[in-house]
Amino acid sequence: MQALLDNLDRLWAGFLTTLAMSVAAAVAATILGTILAAFRVSPLPPLRALGATYVQLVRNTPLTAVFFIVIFGLPAVDVTFQNFFIAAIVALSVYTAAFVCEVVRSGINSVSTGQAEAARAIGLTFGQSLRDVVLPQAFRSVVPPLGNLWIALVKNSAIAGGGFAVADIAQLAPSLARDNPAQVLAIFGGIALAYMVITVPSGIAVGVIERRTAILR
Amino acid sequence: MRVRRLTAACAALGLVALAGCSSEAGNDATAPDATVPVEEEVQFDEGTTMAELAEAGAITVGTKFDQPGFGLVSPDGVPEGFDVEIAKIIAAKLGIAPEDIEWVETISANREPFLQQGQVDMVAATYTINDDRKELIDFAGPYYVAGQDIMVAAGNPLGVEGEESLADIRVCSVNGSTPAGYVQENYPDADLTLFDEYSLCAEALKNDQVDAVTTDNVILTSFVAQDPEAFELVDNPFTEEPYGIGIPKGDDDFRTFINDVLEESFEDGSWAAAWDATAGAITGAPAPEPPAVDRY
Repeated sequence: MQALLDNLDRLWAGFLTTLAMSVAAAVAATILGTILAAFRVSPLPPLRALGATYVQLVRNTPLTAVFFIVIFGLPAVDVTFQNFFIAAIVALSVYTAAFVCEVVRSGINSVSTGQAEAARAIGLTFGQSLRDVVLPQAFRSVVPPLGNLWIALVKNSAIAGGGFAVADIAQLAPSLARDNPAQVLAIFGGIALAYMVITVPSGIAVGVIERRTAILR
Repeated sequence: MRVRRLTAACAALGLVALAGCSSEAGNDATAPDATVPVEEEVQFDEGTTMAELAEAGAITVGTKFDQPGFGLVSPDGVPEGFDVEIAKIIAAKLGIAPEDIEWVETISANREPFLQQGQVDMVAATYTINDDRKELIDFAGPYYVAGQDIMVAAGNPLGVEGEESLADIRVCSVNGSTPAGYVQENYPDADLTLFDEYSLCAEALKNDQVDAVTTDNVILTSFVAQDPEAFELVDNPFTEEPYGIGIPKGDDDFRTFINDVLEESFEDGSWAAAWDATAGAITGAPAPEPPAVDRY
C-alpha cells in the first residue's frame, strides 16, 4: 500500500496516459469501424469484400501480434510513427475497429428495411440515407455492445504498457514491484483498481445512455 | 522477428553442438553434456532440501528463455546457456540428470514470487544479488559478476561514451529490471523506453526507435556478437551486478550446499568449461576469473 501512496504522481501520470490512449483509440476505432460497416452493407461488391476481409483478418489476429506488426513490422517497410504512444493508439484502433464494424453492422441490420426504402423513395442517395436515416437509428440500438467494446479497449490498452513501451499505468507495475518486492500484491491490485476507476463508471454511463436513446417501438 | 530469434537459437545450437563434439565425452549432438558427471550415490541429511530433491530425482529451475549465452530456449524447448549449465552442475551434485530438470521461464519481474510460492526450487536467471531481494529470498553465489553497460548502433553515431550520456539519449531497457531501475534512480529525466524483453530493445535500436540499450554487459555482448553490423558495445561498465542462484528464504543448508558446489566448480574447471561452451562460445571471450562466493 505504501509503495502506491509514495508514487501517486507516477500513478496519476500513468493513469492519464491510459485514459488518453483509450479515448483516442476509441474515437478512431468508432470512425474506422463505422466506415467499415458502411462498406459491408454497401451496394458495391468490392467494398463489401474489402470490409469483410478487414474484419476477418484483424479480428482473428491476437492483439499482441497487432502491436508487434505496428511497432516492429511497419518500420521494416518504412512506416514509422512519431512515438510508441501513437503507435499504440494505431494498434488499438485498427484492432477494435474490426469489432466496432460488426457491432454497427448488426445495428444497421436491425433498422427495418422500410426506413431505407422510404429514404430512397424521397430521392436520398445510399450515402445520405445511411448517414441521415439508418445510422442514427442503428447506433441507438447498439449502445450496450459498444459500451462493452469500450471497456474491453481500456483493459486491452494494458498490452501497450505491459510489453510495448508506452508509459501507461500498467507499465508501472513491474518497476514498482522491483523497488518494493514485499508489496507486489498491493501494487498489482492497486493498478487493477485504477482500470476499474475508468470501466465501472463507464458501465454505468452506458446504461444511462442506453435508456436515454432507446427507441420506443 | 520470430524468424530472426529462431535463427539465433539455431546458431547458438550449432555452436554448442560443435563445442560438445570437440569434447571427449559422448553426446547426443543437440545439447552439451553436463560438464560434471551426475553423482550416482548421494547422501544428504534427512529433511534437507537436498535430500528431498535427490529423493524425487527431479528439480524445477527458473531461468531466462530469451537471453543468448545465459538462458535461451532452443526450438525443442530446452534452454541453453551459462545459467543453464550452472544449474546442471548443481543438479548433477544432487544426483539429478539434466533431462530430469524441469525448466520454467522466469522473467525479471516474477523471480521472487516464483521462489516464494514454490513454483521453482531455484532460479538461475542473470539474477543480480541485492539487499532488497535478500529480504524475500536467499542467494547462493555469486557465480559471475557482470556490469551495466550501453549498446549503441554500430559506429556509435551519437558518440555515447558512458553513463553520463544516458541523460541525453533515448535509452531502452526491460521494465522491472535492475538496469532500468538504475536509470530511473540516477537519471529520472532520461527518455527511457521500457519493453518486456531485451530482444525487443535490440529490435527498436535497429529501427532507430531508440538510441541505446542498457543492461548487463554480458547480455549486450551476445547481441553484438549475433549482429556486429548493427550493434556496438560502449564497453564502459558502470555498475557491479553479481549474479547469484536464487533459492527460497531461510534455506541455509541448501544455500551452503550450492555455495560448496559452486566453489568446487570454480576449482575443478567445470565452471570455466561451462562458460566456454555457452556465453564464451558466443562472445569469443575466454572465461574470466571466477568471483568469490559470498557466504553471508
